[in-house]
Amino acid sequence: MSKRRSNGLLNSLLGAITGGGVRVVDLTMTLDQKVPTIVLPPELGQSWPFRLEEISRYDHRGPNTYWNNMSCGEHTGTHFDAPIHWISGKDLPDNATDTIPPEMFLAHACVVDCTLEAEKDPDYLLTIQKVEEWEEENGKIPPRSWLVMRTDWSMKFDPVEYLNLDDTGAHTPGPHMDLVPWLIEERDVVGFGCEAVGTDAGQAQHFNIPFPCHHLMHGHGRFGLPALTNLDKLPPQGSLFITPPLKIRQGSGSPVRVLALVEE
Amino acid sequence: MTTPLPKPKRKDPVKRTRKPTMPPGNRSREAQGLASMAARGRFALQTCADCGAVQYPPRQICRECLSGDLHWKDVDNGGTLLAETTLQHSNDLFFRDRLPWRLGVVRSDLDLSMVVHLAEDCVPGERVRLSIGLDRAGNAVMAARPEKPSSGEEDDLQLREMTFDPKNRRALIVDGKTELGLGFAKALLKRDARAIFVGVAQPWKASPYLDEIRKLEKVTIYDLDVTDTDSVEELAATIGDKVEIMINNSYHLRPGGLMDRFDINVAHDEMEIHYHGLMRLAGLFGPVMRSRGADGQHGAVAWLNVLSAYAMVNNPELGTYSASQAAALSLSQCLRAEMTHGGVRVVNAFLGPIEDEWHQLALPPKLDPIVTADRIIKGLERGQEDIPIGAVAEEIIERLSENPKEIERAIRL
Repeated sequence: MSKRRSNGLLNSLLGAITGGGVRVVDLTMTLDQKVPTIVLPPELGQSWPFRLEEISRYDHRGPNTYWNNMSCGEHTGTHFDAPIHWISGKDLPDNATDTIPPEMFLAHACVVDCTLEAEKDPDYLLTIQKVEEWEEENGKIPPRSWLVMRTDWSMKFDPVEYLNLDDTGAHTPGPHMDLVPWLIEERDVVGFGCEAVGTDAGQAQHFNIPFPCHHLMHGHGRFGLPALTNLDKLPPQGSLFITPPLKIRQGSGSPVRVLALVEE
Repeated sequence: MTTPLPKPKRKDPVKRTRKPTMPPGNRSREAQGLASMAARGRFALQTCADCGAVQYPPRQICRECLSGDLHWKDVDNGGTLLAETTLQHSNDLFFRDRLPWRLGVVRSDLDLSMVVHLAEDCVPGERVRLSIGLDRAGNAVMAARPEKPSSGEEDDLQLREMTFDPKNRRALIVDGKTELGLGFAKALLKRDARAIFVGVAQPWKASPYLDEIRKLEKVTIYDLDVTDTDSVEELAATIGDKVEIMINNSYHLRPGGLMDRFDINVAHDEMEIHYHGLMRLAGLFGPVMRSRGADGQHGAVAWLNVLSAYAMVNNPELGTYSASQAAALSLSQCLRAEMTHGGVRVVNAFLGPIEDEWHQLALPPKLDPIVTADRIIKGLERGQEDIPIGAVAEEIIERLSENPKEIERAIRL
């Protein structure tokens, strides 16, 4: 690479991050053994929960070292869903964590506040109408944005409340079946983010197109970003999400440290 | 009538916890045969195949005809107490801690004289019932009780050293969400356990059995996930010094073989729960239990593992499950050896197929979980080391001793 002087863009960004003007918001849940993973019928394959085993802690196993072995499924805690995660996205080009072009991991985000609706109804589904109302106030969703559904669901720290299971399955909010193709075709979103354990609603297996946010988003090469937190600290639009998953060969996703840059 | 067991007082925190001591050890290879019978609650002695003479104590050749052809056979356990004595002094540290101690000489109906540990109600000249028990060091010892069970005989302090009667004791049930877990809670309550701790993983998954456990007296529910080292450590730090009977009821069955259901993830989960789970429990609860083997009325006594009978021979229809159970069985033997120093005995129950969701396609006979739990606790109460439950488990043990290759080839669900 040729030596080149900075044109100042990145310098001014860094200056704003350290000196004020741009705030960094961490949208990530802390990975520990209590982070809930998605609950599936027991006869199906199961995702490993997050587990940590100490290798050494300045002791006979390593006198000057503290470190751990960890294990978990690719879709644990705050994580990135790649298109290859769903059967509909299996044959797309650049569909896995190692092949998605890296510039896709930086994108603008639009945050739709559904807190009141989700509080009233855990099965609340975000509709086109609600997003259009949001657009009236905040402007049209720019192409290549994340559509992020804020519900404050991540503030349910008890896993029983967070997963909210009964004998008819999970009851957590998500996108309406009609919203998903509209977001892809009409608004060209990069993906869908939310606070619940998965990007689809808890009851989404009963929709006419089951799990539309997985089936359609991934079928069109778009991404998922579930189990986000701190969405209350974001403006409705104007924040920049940084979401690089681990570069796992043919990875279907990975836990990710999601950061948002917000102009003050 | 046996003197009723005193209700345990709260522990005096100023007093030192006594160190565990062991009854005299070292037995001959022949004498270990007696331990093998005691382990399963049998009253069996060596019997000569040539002349029929019954032998005691165990030996290499027949006391009558010098034949080496001696076999363990179940025999009559009646006898008469000839004499009794009460030790007021002993140079042995174990007995010094427990004086006075009653011993007797019994003439058995098989014409054998035996020195026995004596129940409180036995009177010289009267009929007695003999049993082979395992002492705190896991060695076989003879005990005598009155021929007709006296009321409250399980309260006998001296013989309580050889059994694991839950009365007045505190037990932890690992994985209380299963019907078997509920059965254990009920069985412990019925036998007047002092407190019942119930560990529960994945609280977001409802369980009707746990709902029922919640309604029982003396029960406290705790988070406990044996796949999570931190969770086990946390609970051990909370109640580890109160657990006197550990009931490792971890259970994760997914039917399928090796090639016929090649799935490392499923096998991993089975090993995490059955093998590493036992390891985490043992590593984190074990040391404190071992240190409390002589803690008076609050002493830790037993560690029970609820295992499948397929731990002993692989059932290819439950291939990886059986392998994980075999791993747990092997580890339990290591645990037994390490626990011996503390006088805490490790007990394994071996179950045939039980009536639950995961045994839907197994043909009857299947064990009723509530009855099964009760029978396991009964075995614990009697001081057994191996508790086979049901026809399948009994048959596996029998056929393994006869011809292990035959059963290996024949076994299916």
